[in-house]
Amino acid sequence: MNISLAAEKIFHLYSFPLTNSLITAWLLVLTIAIFLIIISKSLTKLVPSGMQNFLELIIESLLKLFDQVTQDRKLTKKFFPIVGSIFIVVILSNWTEILPGIGSIGLKENHHLLPLFRSPSTDLNFTAAIAISAVLSIQFFGIVLIGLFKHLGKYFNFKNPIKLFVGLLEMVSELAKILSFSLRLFGNIFAGEVLLLVVAFLVPFIAPLPFYFLEIFVGFIQALIFSMLTLVFLTAAAKIEEH
Amino acid sequence: MDLAIIKTIVAGATIVLGAIVPAASIGFMSSRAMEAIGRNPEAAPRIQTAMVLAIAFLEAIAIYVLVIALIVKFV
Repeated sequence: MNISLAAEKIFHLYSFPLTNSLITAWLLVLTIAIFLIIISKSLTKLVPSGMQNFLELIIESLLKLFDQVTQDRKLTKKFFPIVGSIFIVVILSNWTEILPGIGSIGLKENHHLLPLFRSPSTDLNFTAAIAISAVLSIQFFGIVLIGLFKHLGKYFNFKNPIKLFVGLLEMVSELAKILSFSLRLFGNIFAGEVLLLVVAFLVPFIAPLPFYFLEIFVGFIQALIFSMLTLVFLTAAAKIEEH
Repeated sequence: MDLAIIKTIVAGATIVLGAIVPAASIGFMSSRAMEAIGRNPEAAPRIQTAMVLAIAFLEAIAIYVLVIALIVKFV
């Protein structure tokens, strides 16, 4: 049983190493894109049914959920592309770790199995990339929605020394957000994968079932947390603080 | 002592000690949230949203400890 923190490299493409989580991430994004392209050809009915109904259900539930945080439908629609995409990509990537074949189909390499597929969320590169994009989008929306000087004024506040110090702490807290977003998702999903591996190693039949339920739940909760926290910070960036 | 044995013991001790405070804080905070919902059942969705977000922040501390334990054990 080999557990490796870093994603294992499968082969090199002109000296760029392709890891198994990267291959799975590409397959996941390709599957989502092909599915949506095929569905979008038949999205013309005014009274939806079938797959269109299901997709509209997802979109409407997400919009209602995000409305609870922003309290403003216009703001929700503005933030929906980034926050909704984060939710869908992260939840599907979390749920790939439950699929049969992930972590078990692989190449043999001197008494160890080198898995060909691995959930993208178990790779710190993937979670850090989403975290950096989320935090950069918070800054971007802050500047676009309330103006450059008001946004910078939150961090460089020269009214009195205490506010100046608090502003500098806010800047440090932005870096802490990147760290916290990426490590939260990575830790949860990687620990879940290790847990499933260990339980399946100990008792292969029936006993892993509750752990699969736990992983489905944890995958959903982590995607929800990531997108809702991004939405909370986006909403805070779009408002001017009043005392 | 073997390095592998020391790694295992330290990884175990890290997660045991590091999970005490997050677990206690999550329990304390959830009990306050339940009290608030009991006092004002109409505001339950708003309190629930805020509670889930706060629990995520608290749980992240426990996840940092877990990641350190994993790094100690496997790297």
